[in-house]
Amino acid sequence: MSEHAELKTGPLEYRREDGPLTILGFWIFLAAEVVLFSTLFATYAVLFGRYGDATPAHELFEMPMALTMTFLLLVSSFTCGIAVHMMRKESLKGLVIWLIITLALGLGFLGFEIYEFVHYVHEGATIQSSAFWSAFFTLTGTHGLHVTLGVFWCTAIIIQLIRFGLTPVIARKTFIIGLYWHFLDVVWIFIFTAVYLIGMVV
Amino acid sequence: MWDFIWNDFLVTGEPIIYGAMASIVLATVGIVFVLTYFKLWKWLWDEYLTTVDHKKIGIMYIIAALAMLFRGGVDALMMRTQLALPNMNFLNSVHYNEIFTTHGTVMILFMAMPFIIGLMNVAVPLQIGARDVAFPFLNAFSFWTFFFGAMLFNISFVIGGSPSAGWTSYVPMAGPELSPEINQNYYLLALQLSGIGTLATGINFLVTILRMRAPGMTLMKMPIFTWSALITSIIIIFAFPILTIALALMTLDRIFGTHFFTLAGEGMPMMWANLFWLWGHPEVYIVILPAFGVFSEVISTFARKQLFGYKAMVYAMCVIAGLSFVVWVHHFFTMGAGAGVNSLFSITTMLIAVPTGIKIFNWLGTMYKGRIRFNVPMLWALAFIPNFTIGGVTGVMLGMASADYQYHNTYFLIAHFHYVLIAGTLFGMFAGLTYWYPKMFGHKMNEKIGKISFWFTVIGFNITFLPQFFLGLMGMPRRTYTIEPEWMPLNLLSTAGAFILATGFVIFTFNIYYSARYEPREKTGDAWDGRSLEWATTTPVPHYNFATIPYVNSHEAYWDMKETGATTYDESKLEPIHMPSYKGLPIIMSAIMFMASFGLVWHWFWLAIPGLLGVIICMVIRSFDFDEGYHVPIDEIKRTEEQARGRKE
Ligand code: HEM
Ligand SMILES: [Cu+2]
Repeated sequence: MSEHAELKTGPLEYRREDGPLTILGFWIFLAAEVVLFSTLFATYAVLFGRYGDATPAHELFEMPMALTMTFLLLVSSFTCGIAVHMMRKESLKGLVIWLIITLALGLGFLGFEIYEFVHYVHEGATIQSSAFWSAFFTLTGTHGLHVTLGVFWCTAIIIQLIRFGLTPVIARKTFIIGLYWHFLDVVWIFIFTAVYLIGMVV
Repeated sequence: MWDFIWNDFLVTGEPIIYGAMASIVLATVGIVFVLTYFKLWKWLWDEYLTTVDHKKIGIMYIIAALAMLFRGGVDALMMRTQLALPNMNFLNSVHYNEIFTTHGTVMILFMAMPFIIGLMNVAVPLQIGARDVAFPFLNAFSFWTFFFGAMLFNISFVIGGSPSAGWTSYVPMAGPELSPEINQNYYLLALQLSGIGTLATGINFLVTILRMRAPGMTLMKMPIFTWSALITSIIIIFAFPILTIALALMTLDRIFGTHFFTLAGEGMPMMWANLFWLWGHPEVYIVILPAFGVFSEVISTFARKQLFGYKAMVYAMCVIAGLSFVVWVHHFFTMGAGAGVNSLFSITTMLIAVPTGIKIFNWLGTMYKGRIRFNVPMLWALAFIPNFTIGGVTGVMLGMASADYQYHNTYFLIAHFHYVLIAGTLFGMFAGLTYWYPKMFGHKMNEKIGKISFWFTVIGFNITFLPQFFLGLMGMPRRTYTIEPEWMPLNLLSTAGAFILATGFVIFTFNIYYSARYEPREKTGDAWDGRSLEWATTTPVPHYNFATIPYVNSHEAYWDMKETGATTYDESKLEPIHMPSYKGLPIIMSAIMFMASFGLVWHWFWLAIPGLLGVIICMVIRSFDFDEGYHVPIDEIKRTEEQARGRKE
């Protein structure tokens, strides 16, 4: 790696030479994540309807629940966008506040997801019930795990922002978690359509 | 407690395994003793275990790969011994299953892959005029996850028992019903662990090659080996996540009772075959394309000619990469997909022969009218062409779905893929190692011993595998532990060949020891009159690679520099060089991941859960690490360069 020369203009996260490098690396990582989730979606599609003796999905899926979760995550993606906008305006306080709001919405989403899983398990649909339910819990659970990781990660970045302020390095980290968060939102939209909407109709 | 350790934890009752245990203990004690006696622990830790230097990481990859070549090679010899005569009693059927499984897995994932990644680490940053890879810390982490993954797989044969469902691990054979023991878990977690590292390597090299090339080096001016590394990285990024998921799903099936691939609960065993080969076929190209890259470099250097058809070579690799994702069904033509599907995949399979053929003609074209020097790397390249062609042609034969009903799962297939993997990948890696050896260690490998090992290997290889085509046509199935009397003569021949081949490997390794002691030290850094930038630095390569970075005009950057008398040391342009600091975290974090995986293998959640927490703690530590590395001052660069170049005069 050569000099970490700093530019004087442009978005903060791109000013150091290693900024664009790391961000490009993260985009490529997201491409790998797309393949990962595509594989899970394909698995889910193949195993769709294979309930065995377990309860079918349309008897358990509920629109209000799925909509609430979608709403929480969509809004959190929006607030995350505002956070990065605040960062561009170099407002540390705004950035931290909007990140915390994002975090709270993310936690809300996770709360509902856990509630949903517990509910299904009580209704007798567990990850071991049949191929369909294995695929369902694995797909949504993998997304949920990603969100959980994102929550921890975002917390670490908020702590760093508060302790060290808005430096190019931390700006880069914030920008990257923003990308990650939007990505999870996009994946969720696919889950909402492919799993919940279709699951309720078919 | 003792009962558990003796009966379940350790593998007991087999003389060969007791031998292995004894040798593992002795070797470990020996290594610890040597390191302690010569007070080398600190050196080892400071110089290698914590390194983030791509050149040292490359060397560690290659050492590990050679060690695994021996592990897999011993497995191969044991199998060949068992198959030499009818009614042999050397290995029983269970043991035979374990050995072909570990042989295949070790050879592909823990020998071929790290060998390739090792050479990429050594050569790619130097070829593009970079000071390091894009993410040096991640690079170290990749190595250590691979290393601990390999260790996890290797301990299975003394602790708990080896997996035995083949390297393809088809269900239901590998599933919880038919393999209820823990051994299959080793396969799943070892591959998962090292797979993480491989994916990280793919990302790392893609960014490195896209963003860190010397000024002037456009994509079409990159050395061809770097091109092959670029394409390989892209294939890795698209293929490895599929493996990650496939392994995770089977792990869930086996440890948590899900129903992805089970027969009960409406699971679908065929889905495993699809996911596995959706990764597995591209994997075959991950291990062959870099070898193609090596041969291109070697042939052009030793024929003293510019590579013929550079652009065609690049496009051919791109086409191969694309096609590699659409042929996977040819691995199960006989499993009832139907004529339409089989025809489609038959056609895509045979299409791959077209770009491959183009490359063969380009290599021949490069040699045409060249003033060829027959050094050892060139010999490997020359042997590659006819032998690999045999592998390719028989591959097209296998690609014909209807014909495949005849050879499927016979020794014809075994012969085919060894012709591709040994004549392609392994010869390529030997060529690449001998070629870049002076860059890595400052001295060449001995030519005479190199040639002896070459002839043993090539002749032994053909004696081993050529008869197997005929055995296959005679109906000898693969994965069989005992042979019929009428197959005896050819099998005996094949086994004899395997020992000759193994002798070749041993001589190759002996050459490393011999050359380290007796070969004259390299003075110039340009050992073979090379053409690309890696030969432009001194030997040994300073840790910052290039004091000043040249401007590049063609894909033979160093050749141009030699014509104009330029060097990579321009005193007037020196600036302090920024370098990353060495870190202990990659090895520590991977070791913790190893513990967690070992816990999962045994369903020991008391070990797995703290292990996972440990990994998270390591990630937090990393996140709060603001170490910026350090700068090499101009004085130090001057001293290093003058010393290295002073010797040159
Ligand atoms: C040292 C020379 C080698 C010999 C003598 C050898 C021999 C064998 C034998 C006897 C088998 C088992 C056939 C059966 O019973 O089905 C086998 C399988 C296999 N070999 Fe090799 N081999 C060698 C090198 C390699 C290398 C270098 C690679 C890969 C880079 C490789 C990859 C494989 C694979 C993937 C299998 C299939 C395992 C399975 O069926 O699960 N081998 N080899
Ligand atoms: Cu294939």
